[in-house]
Amino acid sequence: MNHLFRELAPVSDAAWSEIESEAKRALENFLAARRLVDFTGPHGWDAAAVPLGTLDKLARGPVEGVEGARRQIQPYIELRARFALLRQELDAIDRGHKSPDLTPVVDAARSIAQAEDKTVFHGYSEAGLVGVADASPHEAVELGDKFGEYPRWVATAVAKLRDAGVEGPYGAALGPRCYAGILETTEDGGYPVLERLRLILGGPVVYAPAVDGAVVLSMRGDDFELSCGEDVSIGFESADTDQVRLYLEESLTFHAHTPEAGVALRYP
Amino acid sequence: MASEGLHESADLLSAETIDRHRAITSIMEELAAVDWYDQRVNATGSPDLAEVLAHNRDEEKEHAAMTLEWLRRRDPVLDGHLRTYLFTEESVVAEEHEAEAGGDGGGGSLGVGSLREAGS
Repeated sequence: MNHLFRELAPVSDAAWSEIESEAKRALENFLAARRLVDFTGPHGWDAAAVPLGTLDKLARGPVEGVEGARRQIQPYIELRARFALLRQELDAIDRGHKSPDLTPVVDAARSIAQAEDKTVFHGYSEAGLVGVADASPHEAVELGDKFGEYPRWVATAVAKLRDAGVEGPYGAALGPRCYAGILETTEDGGYPVLERLRLILGGPVVYAPAVDGAVVLSMRGDDFELSCGEDVSIGFESADTDQVRLYLEESLTFHAHTPEAGVALRYP
Repeated sequence: MASEGLHESADLLSAETIDRHRAITSIMEELAAVDWYDQRVNATGSPDLAEVLAHNRDEEKEHAAMTLEWLRRRDPVLDGHLRTYLFTEESVVAEEHEAEAGGDGGGGSLGVGSLREAGS
């Protein structure tokens, strides 16, 4: 038995299979950052940090004539999204029920996906993690509500990256305030704005509900690293006669190795 | 042609799938070479030749391990299974029973991994 304590859960193999399939399907739908940044791992639940390769020089050495320095690391954080399932729904799976109510699984997947994406794009200050948008040294591109203007704003962001010597292909994460509008908008000639953005970027345009505004970043590699200790897993917490309480859990850290490889697009 | 071992048209396969095919084929070749060298070391009557062949055989093991690690980093499910079974002490079959008691065959991970599309 490992730290997820799944063997203790009153959940049949068939029900586990349904829960896992639903969770994986939902995560693959909701997760945005993993479509854009480098993903490394999983390095295991016991992994605690990734080395950054840099040093903190210490004020004095342990003895005269010897210098001391401390290696800098980026610690992993743990994210956990709890959910509860009705035992009668799980029991029904074993009787052949094809559409059990697994909404809490989807809700938890949405939550942990948003947590991961928010950490990557906007950071997690309590954990000392800085996201792509806040790490960027470039002045943010100002957005407005005219969806037809997005090609110009995205092209401005791409120009900032090119001017900084950052090659493409580039990708974009669009927040909820603009994605739907862009999807529905066409240019004067009838050409979809979304397709125009893809042409400008040379890479994907991703819907990212956790993003405030938008983020454009290089996808050439080695600039942004989402490092995973334990990839999203399901664990068991407790059970009673009515419910089984489970959780989605992962350990991760994020580091912008090349902060100038990303640009934030923000609403005023 | 990179390999004649493809079972589907290369046009239908992603760049990632073809790269994994290359790695898997290389691992097969390296381990086959280990097996051949092993037999030749056993069969030769020359201690000098046996020493050279054993050295070469062990280098193939290094190559197989390096390529397997490349593959592991790109295959979350394989990664999960390797974490379950490698470097364990108890019976391998007992390890499987323990893993399956968790209902997942891989320690509980959903194996989502990277979602970047091939070539991006």
